[in-house]
Amino acid sequence: MLLANLPALQVVIPLVSAPLCLLLRNPRHAWAWATLVSTMVLAVAVMLAQRVYAEGTISYAIGAWATPWGIEYRIDMAGALMILLIAAIGAVIMPYARRSIRHEIARKHITLFYTSYLLCLTGLLGIVVTGDAFNLFVFLEISSLSSYVLISLGSTRRALTAAFQYLVMGTIGATFILIGVGLLYMMTGTLNMTDLAQRLPEVTDTRTIRVAFAFVTVGVSIKLALFPLHIWLPNAYTFAPSVVSAFMAATATKAGVYVLLRLFFTVFGSEFSFTAMHVGEILMLLAFAAILVASLVAVFENNVKRMLAYSSVAQIGYTILGISLASTAGVTAGIIYLVNHALIKGALFLALGCVFLRLGSVTLKDMHGLARHMPWTMAAFVAGGLSLIGMPLTAGFISKWYLVSAVLAAGYWPLAVLVLVSSLLALIYIWRVVEAAYFNVPGAAMHKVKEAPASMLIPVWLLIGVNLYVGIDASLIFSMAQQAADTLIGQALQ
Amino acid sequence: MSPEITLLACIALPLLAPALITALHRWPNPREAVTLLTSGGLFLLVLSLHHLVLQGTRPAINIAEPIPGLKIGFEIEPLGMLFALLASFLWLVTSVYSIGYMRSHHESRQTSFYSYFAVALGSVMGIAFAGNLFTLFIFYELLTLSTYPLVTHAGGDNAREGGRMYLGYLLGSSIILLLLAIVWTWSLTGTLDFRAGGILEGTVTPGVASLLLVLFIFGIGKAAVIPFHLWLPAAMVAPTPVSALLHAVAVVKAGVFTVLKVAIYIFGIDFLAQVPATQWLTYVAVATILLASLVALRQDNLKLLLAWSTISQLSYIVLCALLITPLGIVGGGLHIVMHAFAKITLFFCAGAIIVTTHKTRISEMNGIGRRMPWTMAAFTIGALSMIGLPPTAGFISKWYILLGAIDAQQMFAVGVIIISTLLNAAYFLPIVYTAFFRSPKGNMEHGLKDTHGEAPVAILLAITVTALGTIVLFFFPDLPLDLVLQLAGESK
Repeated sequence: MLLANLPALQVVIPLVSAPLCLLLRNPRHAWAWATLVSTMVLAVAVMLAQRVYAEGTISYAIGAWATPWGIEYRIDMAGALMILLIAAIGAVIMPYARRSIRHEIARKHITLFYTSYLLCLTGLLGIVVTGDAFNLFVFLEISSLSSYVLISLGSTRRALTAAFQYLVMGTIGATFILIGVGLLYMMTGTLNMTDLAQRLPEVTDTRTIRVAFAFVTVGVSIKLALFPLHIWLPNAYTFAPSVVSAFMAATATKAGVYVLLRLFFTVFGSEFSFTAMHVGEILMLLAFAAILVASLVAVFENNVKRMLAYSSVAQIGYTILGISLASTAGVTAGIIYLVNHALIKGALFLALGCVFLRLGSVTLKDMHGLARHMPWTMAAFVAGGLSLIGMPLTAGFISKWYLVSAVLAAGYWPLAVLVLVSSLLALIYIWRVVEAAYFNVPGAAMHKVKEAPASMLIPVWLLIGVNLYVGIDASLIFSMAQQAADTLIGQALQ
Repeated sequence: MSPEITLLACIALPLLAPALITALHRWPNPREAVTLLTSGGLFLLVLSLHHLVLQGTRPAINIAEPIPGLKIGFEIEPLGMLFALLASFLWLVTSVYSIGYMRSHHESRQTSFYSYFAVALGSVMGIAFAGNLFTLFIFYELLTLSTYPLVTHAGGDNAREGGRMYLGYLLGSSIILLLLAIVWTWSLTGTLDFRAGGILEGTVTPGVASLLLVLFIFGIGKAAVIPFHLWLPAAMVAPTPVSALLHAVAVVKAGVFTVLKVAIYIFGIDFLAQVPATQWLTYVAVATILLASLVALRQDNLKLLLAWSTISQLSYIVLCALLITPLGIVGGGLHIVMHAFAKITLFFCAGAIIVTTHKTRISEMNGIGRRMPWTMAAFTIGALSMIGLPPTAGFISKWYILLGAIDAQQMFAVGVIIISTLLNAAYFLPIVYTAFFRSPKGNMEHGLKDTHGEAPVAILLAITVTALGTIVLFFFPDLPLDLVLQLAGESK
């Protein structure tokens, strides 16, 4: 009974826990509750992923209302990989959050933080599992609204403007998506994605559908911060609490990419998206610009958190580049890139959170000589940085390898060169941090800085460990990503 | 122990040693004992595999498969055996030298120095025994990263600048060019295994093969072919033992070793002959030989002069790889060994002078041979070998390189080698002359007073071993020669 309802539980558990969390006024209780829930969510995600891996796509009718009238939850391999990623990141950062949040957020807001976090988790998981276009919009809004709150809880007042900027951009994006979904409903009379996919071909050659496609694509692109719609992201990541930056970098934009995959391949079909609408060429161009411009900006940033934020914009470009090829190899590479980058950026932002805890700043100037005082934190940062650059034996190398071979297989060798050249840009901005931390003489304020607590270091090193493991044995992630790509593209062919 | 386990032990031993070295950081003597035991043990392990390889056994083992179809695996063939023997033996000698050098120079952070040194040697073993290009690339990058802390050991702005050049050139070339070439090769052929006769023949057009060859030759930045050579002089900010082992033997030889491997096992020398770019690239190698020698001629800093001389000598080996004859392969393989012994002797001497007199410039070394006769005698042997005069090892390898060039009917290359020999003489002999025949009074102009004697015993011991080695290899070149002859036989 319980097992049969796993898809619903995946969303219901965090959704119901969130208001309960608000009742817990004691920050420590709120943290314990959120941690417990995150662990349960991860357990459900693992069970679900196992079932998908063994049995294939799961379809679940909410309230036993038959599709296409009721809401369907549909989890295929791509979805399984995503819920696993989101739930795992959530479970890993919770032990970390206790010390970090206590330091960065006022005591009276801590309960609010954990409540919003649970809602955000609900929204992100819901986006992945739902098979209903309108329901998708609802979950997108749940995750967005709660992340506005999470960002605004940042320790400086600039967090408020950052959150507001994101709110404006995010609302425009959400509105666009809603308009697009509305147009689709108008033309087909259905909101179920599978049903939409079947009915769309009849009306595909209409201006309304083309407009709907444009609206949802632009709307989702804002959510996933595709260049040049990324302008909300650097501020949001810079001024949000460290835990939030890590969580959002590892999950929120990734869920956006997942929605894009769903729309292009499942709903509209790759025939329409890539052949009729030429979205592949457009995405490729934007990905190209994202990789180059954002990497260059990152090279000149002095605030390390902001540097990583711009690096994220570039990395989203890589993911989109893989998807824009619209081949199995390309989509596989895109999905592997997405997962591995979540692991890398999660680790890097968490390491930076440790620095912020002890130093109260993450600018290069203040980090001079830091490696002597926080050797484990900085070693983790270097390891994560090497993975970001794409050194062998790290997850970053695996994703770069697949991306470059997919790009070469598609015959775009100048793009392969671009991918590799921009790895070098990553080397430059990571090495600016390394030089500051390892070569410069520490300032006077540095002598009382000590290593971060174990409760924060262990999650950081856990993620680094996963990075290294994937670098040595990527077979599981590869087979999941390839199956995911097969399912996505296969659906399009039907 | 089965050969496969020994093979793995050769790689694991130096990679695991840092744990023990770090644990003993409070006790310098046991800590150095770990380094000596590890390097000695490693040499014995490698040596125990030697006769198997000569008999034709090829121990092989795979340990992981990060990407389906791409294994991290090892296989010993003659060239790798030769490189591993060379590097492990010279690591042992360098360890003795380092202990003398680092202690008399009162260097800081010696624990991390010895740790990274061991990791670097583990990477070299990985490169030497790599069973495919993928594995080789992994350890190639690991070598760059593990030597970065060694190059920048001194700390401060100079080290930072040198480190930037080092990392920028080596990682830049390997990520952009070499990795592209590797992924491209893989997507064309579906394999990256080292196979006798190569894997590219029949799968690519001559145009693509040319492009790949260019990517490989320039992408292997450690081979220091112009214009990817500037990292080597920059890396001279490192402590001298690092310069000696890593930048006369391990790192640079890893570069030319990779070039030879790619030429023999990825392209195959028969196919290489059909690639249009081969001829063009020999001109680049030849230009590197000459230009680097010309720059060396103008150096006053002894370590920098040696660095430029290394750049020039490395391109001999690159040239050999491109000569596409078995004799060229023999010459290239031999030169890896012969040049290593001579160049490490020269670096050891430069370090001995720094430790004893704190002098780095040749113009300050008037009459230094009278106070440090032992050191400068060894220097003379090394210099003779660089020029290629008997009775030193350099003569043997130069002989085979010339034979290879004649065999390939590259009279142009023969001429260049002869000119380069003259240039070598022109910058090494004046140093010997300065050291022994100039009056030390000249140094007074610099306000220096010479009161020093010979270098510390540990340093002299190391210098003696390598200098003797340079001579012994002239009379008994069998050990390396057998291996490279086997290699040349197989590559036909």
